[in-house]
Amino acid sequence: MNAPILNLARSPVVALVGNPNAGKTSLFNALTGSRQKVGNYPGVTVERKAGRLALPDGRVCDLIDLPGTYSLNPRSPDEAVTRDAIFGRIAGERPLDAIVAVIDATNLRNHLRFVLELQALGLPLVVALNMVDLAARDGIIIDAARLSALLGLPVVETVAVRKRGLEALGSELAASIGDAPPVLPTVMPGDLKALQKRARQLCSAVETASGAARRWSQRIDLVALHPLAGPLLLAAILFFMFQAVFSWAEAPMGWIEAGIAALQALLAQRLPDGVLLSLLNDGVLAGVGAVVVFLPQILILFAFIIALEQSGYMTRAAFLMDRLMARVGLNGRAFIPLLSSFACAIPGIMATRTIDSPRDRLTTILIAPLMTCSARLPVYAVVIGAFIPARDIGPFGLQGLVLFLLYLAGILGALVAAWALRRTVTKGAAPPFLMEMPKYQWPAARDLALGLYGRATAFLSRAGTIILASTIALWALASWPQPPANGKLPAIEYSLAGRIGAALEPIFAPIGFNKEIAIALVPGMAAREVAVSALGTVYALQGVDEEHADGLIAQLRAAWPLPTALAFLAWFVFAPQCISTLAITRRETASWRWPIFMFTYLFVAAYVAAGITYHLAVAAGL
Amino acid sequence: MPSPPASRSITTLAPGEVALIAAIDRAGLDPDTAQRLCELGFDEGVDVEILHRAPFGGDPIAVRVGNMVVALRRDMAGLIEIAA
Repeated sequence: MNAPILNLARSPVVALVGNPNAGKTSLFNALTGSRQKVGNYPGVTVERKAGRLALPDGRVCDLIDLPGTYSLNPRSPDEAVTRDAIFGRIAGERPLDAIVAVIDATNLRNHLRFVLELQALGLPLVVALNMVDLAARDGIIIDAARLSALLGLPVVETVAVRKRGLEALGSELAASIGDAPPVLPTVMPGDLKALQKRARQLCSAVETASGAARRWSQRIDLVALHPLAGPLLLAAILFFMFQAVFSWAEAPMGWIEAGIAALQALLAQRLPDGVLLSLLNDGVLAGVGAVVVFLPQILILFAFIIALEQSGYMTRAAFLMDRLMARVGLNGRAFIPLLSSFACAIPGIMATRTIDSPRDRLTTILIAPLMTCSARLPVYAVVIGAFIPARDIGPFGLQGLVLFLLYLAGILGALVAAWALRRTVTKGAAPPFLMEMPKYQWPAARDLALGLYGRATAFLSRAGTIILASTIALWALASWPQPPANGKLPAIEYSLAGRIGAALEPIFAPIGFNKEIAIALVPGMAAREVAVSALGTVYALQGVDEEHADGLIAQLRAAWPLPTALAFLAWFVFAPQCISTLAITRRETASWRWPIFMFTYLFVAAYVAAGITYHLAVAAGL
Repeated sequence: MPSPPASRSITTLAPGEVALIAAIDRAGLDPDTAQRLCELGFDEGVDVEILHRAPFGGDPIAVRVGNMVVALRRDMAGLIEIAA
């Protein structure tokens, strides 16, 4: 009797499916908590989120959070994944045993139409009528039992952010999933307009009160979308965000710096002077430490971006920005991927998958690296800290102001680049702009925390792998060959890194870069923030007395003239070097042509910008 | 040929004015966009209202359609007609 054992071994696969803004991800987080795995679907870079859900009958199912979609007729790669997963067409993915259709109680009409589409597939289906609390607040009352009877489907009222209705959802799922292996759906749903009509009829039959929907959202929008107040509010939010990134992170960054210095001192006490101590202190700790210290800033930035996304404000920003984006040939939808690129170009480029026009998408991908990513923050922070006095100009700190200007320069550069690209390599008709504007919601602490946790681990694992490896490689390059016994020059001049830097120096000398910068830009290819750790390593090793307690900032202040520092900042506004960005561009555009193009145009732009900055600064006598 | 019933586009709606969609000129749209418009709730007989016009020239506009608010550009909104 093998059958029962086989049945026990096979855990059912359940997918959460729903329109964007139905609260699907909140429900997924509430059901799986921190036990979730985030990866990618094979071949495409659509995020795959999976977790485990224990059913009340003891079975444990694999819960998959499929990308939000309006229908089974995809308009973007994200939506195509949802359709393919439902039809069992993704290699390596098991067919679905059941679907949970997540629908927004405050937007029943439109979401019910999608439920009807899903119902036609014939898979076991449970409806999660989500956000019933917000519906009640708006005066909308829905007779869930009647809806269930009319649909012939189990309907469970849920409030994902308050974890309400989860047990009932589990019971209904357990009742829906049989022991038989799943059957793949084959039919495609019928006429859209007919489904739409039926959804409206159902809706009026089950809504016992239909109140003034979205009253609060409409009130907020009176300000947020006001022709004058709206853009001012957006500018204020962005400005506050970047001021916060600098001032709130100050204390935790001090603790991390102190911790690393203490660790270095401890190692210096315990280990004999030699190669191992140099590797650990000057290579690993100096290099990785110089990057990890920026974790607080990156977390604050991500917290703002996630909160803006969850609150529904991001689409308002897209609405406000559409006209400006249209002027350079993009649409408001590109604003969200570009805003995400402020954290990192990789999620930003991945987020372009929601842009349905291929030309628009390509343009957005190509300019995404111009948005100042958090990896550039370490570079900016060190150079600003070293060269820009910590004075106040009016109510604002000068350092924060310079940072704001650098972000602004990146944005302007991106607009100019988009304008030029749309007239040359991505020439073509402007795509239609159509975007749902969801109601405002207070960001849920759990969703914020899980989102932040994911970003933090991704950043730290990058620090632990790419950055650690390139730091050690650079340390080795900078340590060997060792200087001759009677060498008069600093040790770095004799090493391989010194020789590579010397070879590159003539290329960078016209824009005011010295040999150390040339050296640091080479490992900086791995990731932009590595340039800082590379400078840290180069200058730490170059020091005559091995005393670098003052840190990199003091060393740079002594080594660079001001025009060089400003040119370095200008270089990093465009900074072409980031292997991960080029790799993701290769993956998203399915050709080497675009990453090579991207690298070339960014390199030229960076070189020109740094050169102009340097010579202007020299001419101004700085 | 009888003269068509008088109609005007939703872009002519005054602030606060609510109307029912009379027709959508689907021939002026590519099939995918027409479908998405339908999925977002634009259909004959549904109530619409213009809520907001974007800064820098009043384009795009935010339209309430049923319980949903959708942002779209004026050229597309011009294809959606209401009874005069």
